Amino acid sequence: MQSLLRAILSPSFAASILRVTTPILFAGLGAVVADLSGVVNIALEGTMLFAAFTGVVVSAFTGSAWLGLLAGIVIGAVIGLTLGYSHLKLGTNPVLAGIALNLLAAEGTVFLLYVVAGDKGVSSSLASKVIPEWRIPIIKDIPVIGPILGKQNALTYMSLIAVAVVYLFLYKTSFGLRLRAVGENPDAADSVGISVHKVQFIALAISGALAGMGGVHLSMGYVSWFSRNMTSGRGFIAMAAETLGYRHPVGVFLASLLFGFADALSNYMQSLRVPGEFIQMIPYVLTLVALAIYSGRQSRSRRSSR
Amino acid sequence: MGIDKKFELLRTAAAIAVALLIGFIVTCIVSESPFEAFGYFLRGPFTTTRRFAAFLEAAIPLTFTGLSLSLVFSAGQFNLGADGQFFIGAVAATAAGIYLDLPPVIHTLVCLLAGIAAGAIGGFIPGLLKAKWNASELVASLMLNYIFLKLGMYLVTYHMRDQSVGALVSRPLKNTCWLPQLIPNTRIHAGVFVLLLAVVFCYYYLYRSGRGYEVRMTGQNIEFARYSGIPVLSVILSVQVLAGAVAGLGGAVEMLGIYRRFQWLASPGYGFDGVIVAILAKNKPTLVPATALFLAYLRVGADVMAMYSDVSAEMVAIIQAVIILLVTAEAFLSTYRHRMLLKEVKQSAITS
Amino acid sequence: MESGKESHTQEPILLMQGITKVYPNGLIANSDVTLEVRKGEIHALVGENGAGKTTLMKILFGLEGHDAGDVFVRGKKVDITSPKDAISHGIGMVHQHFMLAPSLTVAENIVLGEEPRKGIWFDRKKAEEICAELGEKYRLNVDPHAKITDVAVGVKQRVEILKALMRGSDILVLDEPTAVLTPQETIELFAALRALRDGGHTIIFISHKLSEVMEISDRVTVMRSGKVVGTEDTNKVTVQQLSNMMVGRDVELELPRPQSSLDNMGDVRLLVRGVTYARDGKEVLKDVSLKVRSGEILGIAGIEGNGQAELVEVLTGLAKCDHGAIEICGQDATGKQPGEIRELGLSHIPQDRMTFGVAAGASIAENLISTRYKKPPISNGMLLNLKGIFSVCTDLINKFEIKASGPEQPVKTLSGGNIQKVVVAREFSTDPYVIIANQPTRGIDIGASESIHKYLVDATEKGAAVLLVSADLAEVMGLSNRLIVMYEGRVVAHFDDAEATTEEELGLYMLGVKHQEPHEILASMMGEAS
Repeated sequence: MQSLLRAILSPSFAASILRVTTPILFAGLGAVVADLSGVVNIALEGTMLFAAFTGVVVSAFTGSAWLGLLAGIVIGAVIGLTLGYSHLKLGTNPVLAGIALNLLAAEGTVFLLYVVAGDKGVSSSLASKVIPEWRIPIIKDIPVIGPILGKQNALTYMSLIAVAVVYLFLYKTSFGLRLRAVGENPDAADSVGISVHKVQFIALAISGALAGMGGVHLSMGYVSWFSRNMTSGRGFIAMAAETLGYRHPVGVFLASLLFGFADALSNYMQSLRVPGEFIQMIPYVLTLVALAIYSGRQSRSRRSSR
Repeated sequence: MGIDKKFELLRTAAAIAVALLIGFIVTCIVSESPFEAFGYFLRGPFTTTRRFAAFLEAAIPLTFTGLSLSLVFSAGQFNLGADGQFFIGAVAATAAGIYLDLPPVIHTLVCLLAGIAAGAIGGFIPGLLKAKWNASELVASLMLNYIFLKLGMYLVTYHMRDQSVGALVSRPLKNTCWLPQLIPNTRIHAGVFVLLLAVVFCYYYLYRSGRGYEVRMTGQNIEFARYSGIPVLSVILSVQVLAGAVAGLGGAVEMLGIYRRFQWLASPGYGFDGVIVAILAKNKPTLVPATALFLAYLRVGADVMAMYSDVSAEMVAIIQAVIILLVTAEAFLSTYRHRMLLKEVKQSAITS
Repeated sequence: MESGKESHTQEPILLMQGITKVYPNGLIANSDVTLEVRKGEIHALVGENGAGKTTLMKILFGLEGHDAGDVFVRGKKVDITSPKDAISHGIGMVHQHFMLAPSLTVAENIVLGEEPRKGIWFDRKKAEEICAELGEKYRLNVDPHAKITDVAVGVKQRVEILKALMRGSDILVLDEPTAVLTPQETIELFAALRALRDGGHTIIFISHKLSEVMEISDRVTVMRSGKVVGTEDTNKVTVQQLSNMMVGRDVELELPRPQSSLDNMGDVRLLVRGVTYARDGKEVLKDVSLKVRSGEILGIAGIEGNGQAELVEVLTGLAKCDHGAIEICGQDATGKQPGEIRELGLSHIPQDRMTFGVAAGASIAENLISTRYKKPPISNGMLLNLKGIFSVCTDLINKFEIKASGPEQPVKTLSGGNIQKVVVAREFSTDPYVIIANQPTRGIDIGASESIHKYLVDATEKGAAVLLVSADLAEVMGLSNRLIVMYEGRVVAHFDDAEATTEEELGLYMLGVKHQEPHEILASMMGEAS
């Protein structure tokens, strides 16, 4: 028990928290952008999966990790636009459209993997590249902070920057103003000549792109392969993080850290040979409990007449 | 209104046709001999008796999860926990089948009850969170899917494993609890009767009982339901518990009728297929077996195609996804029409 | 009555000619409508609910398409297919339901769509400057920094007007602008409108409040059932004439009142004592007490937003009061759920029928049984009795003259008046002891309104106690035996005899200018000292 505590409080564990938070944070930010524009993006899970797959494939065929990342971002945006198209133009309920896209991703990536590489379920024959680590010059040598913030994967740093970028985008730019107006009262935006659908399409594209970055981190940030269903529900956990973060970029960052902690803990304890499945439940149980507590507090403070 | 319904039927058919067309196009791109491959897909379930039987067998679990989701969707809830409830129902039935020693029919019933109970708990948790605290039943149920998956695998691996076999499977279930085979040379089992009972029960529950009326009105307009005195919170909770029970029952039936030994390493995915089954059936229990057969047909066709051509079975997911995207543009267009008409009528009633 | 300025030209600044619009469900909203508006006038567009006024304006503003006809702005034929188009032609619309984003500030809402920028960054300071300038120029004062959720209704409307003005609109369309304003705010609005007109703006004023139309407009166009009945100079018509044009026959301006007098009032059916209720930190009901007896109608008069809606919610179980007691027929009903309250014999005609009163996607039958599905003849134990449902519903459809093809018809395909009749039919079908009717004839055509008034009075003759909440002063004064006035969550007046007061006097109480002392009210209402 003592050694467990010591391990948890170590800088290397903290570093691992930051690492596993990255995909959740990206997807969570994507959830915020979409949600604030008025469309719920349930397809984050599928988006991450598609991006993870695309990144590996493209980087293997082009030999460049960065092209793989770009491809992942593009595919993420495309899926966001697809969700937008089916909801906004076809009138499909966004939850069901999201379910459809997640289903398509889960099996479609396996299908495409076989078509592209002949692999069944794991991209063993693809020589995917890895997004490199960045070492920040002075910071990495500071004790304690150094190992945590000084050498992380490039995408991890990007995720932290993304928090600031998304915040500035939503609250300081004029497009962000329009986006929030569209989400709160689409009629208001429409009445001043703003194309609600156009704004929502863009929001979904951004949302997908962000989730795509998270997906690429999963398959190219630490490992260099794609495997079936490797997102394991992180897209849904990101949705919970968005709720707990009060739909604000900074809040989502903090909430994602919480889930990252659970994930890191689960990884660590597995390495200790404690029954894997049981420990793997931790992030999901934590999400469930956090959701319950959060909602409990919300419903007590606000008289919900619904 | 007959015109309305006919039109919807036409559009559903059109959605399926478009989906199949897209599937065909993908096949063309991917395969060396697409016509052959797609031919296997379309004819597959009818080519041999075994395959035909497999097609019917596959429809059984899909009916259960389809019923489960029909109940939940009728109440306007997005509890997608059917997958995990099915899984944990199978685990519970396995446990009851391994550990208990009971006379034949009773053992079967107890195992089925175990599945029902486990599934009901699975429906209870998101239902309670939604009813009490308005927590998203979507996120909660999705989390539970993973939790039940891990929990189930843990229980099977560490407490029910058959040590004498290399593969990760449970000990065999005692034959006193099996659902007997009905048609020789197939795996079609007496679970069909349980299925029919479930369909009839769900129909009567949803369309002929007071409670079912409450469920449907809650799904139509929850404010209206509340205003009318319908106890919406208890309705939301109880429908999710019942739906969980039905899904869990499906898992138990699958275990007792087909496998008789827990073999899954991952979820067989009937829960998500059930979404399509429910949507195509417009949440009507009497239509669920038909749409379940349709989906089973797609699945088995895809497997046959994978066996005999260079197209892998996952292609069917593309067709399924397109179906959901297109059919729900109509199936839930009624919800949208309802909402948009609400807005329109509200505004025009108050203003002009 | 206003006399228009002579300096405006005779050439119409806006001409909508031969406009026809038919909705997909067959409803003819506009039929060969021609509207001619002159520059620099205030032109009122009147008609009952469903006459087609709002549809016509939506067509003008590009929110709806039309099937036939042309629109000419400043003499040129235009094709307006979106609000953006309309704005580019100088047309601005102030909607009845404000089109504002709640968490954004006044300034942000005003500049939305044409935000001042520094590159990609939103120039908040400039936006606030613009906002302050506009407010000063048109004498419509607003606080640029305030969040929309925090400001009063009158301010929100000013923001809407400023939005239109900022975009250079010189033709302003206002859709029922005074529906949610206090009389004081209405006075301020009219002053602003006159100033705008005198400055050269043209104003189209949609309303069904004839007294206001007479006060503010230069000319008035009357619409009925999708057609234009006529256009008159305001100073050349009377209210009676306009009324007749609106309905096509002499409207009964006198309403049927329950015949019972103070002497043969029955037992107390609804008793409310000291109800206090806060919502979102704001006290919306303060020590409200009232009593309604069998056979009478107690009317609650008041500007919307003074606690009436919340009071109804508390009485019907949709909300729980913080303090106080409610009794229905002597039984305690405080804090109970809607189902329990209905069991005690209370029925509720809700203000918002589409949200609460019906499930639009369900059939008429399903809507009619929503409060009776557990009892025979609708239910026989465990299951629903389909034959019983059919016969009961067919009876109700006939009795309440609901125009429908049968009980299976989806409610959403009915007209507004018929939908309300479904609500009324259901609420009355349980032979309630107490009926709470909240804006029962809002948005309903005259014919259906008359029927509903008749049903209410008939119910009192059968002994029901009716609590009538209505923002329509004529209705609440005409139907009620007794009246109370609510202002800012309190009962500020009680009139034992509704005929003993006038609109003007009630108005003073509704505005908070006058109020009776609490002990006076309690004494006259409850017959006891406070």
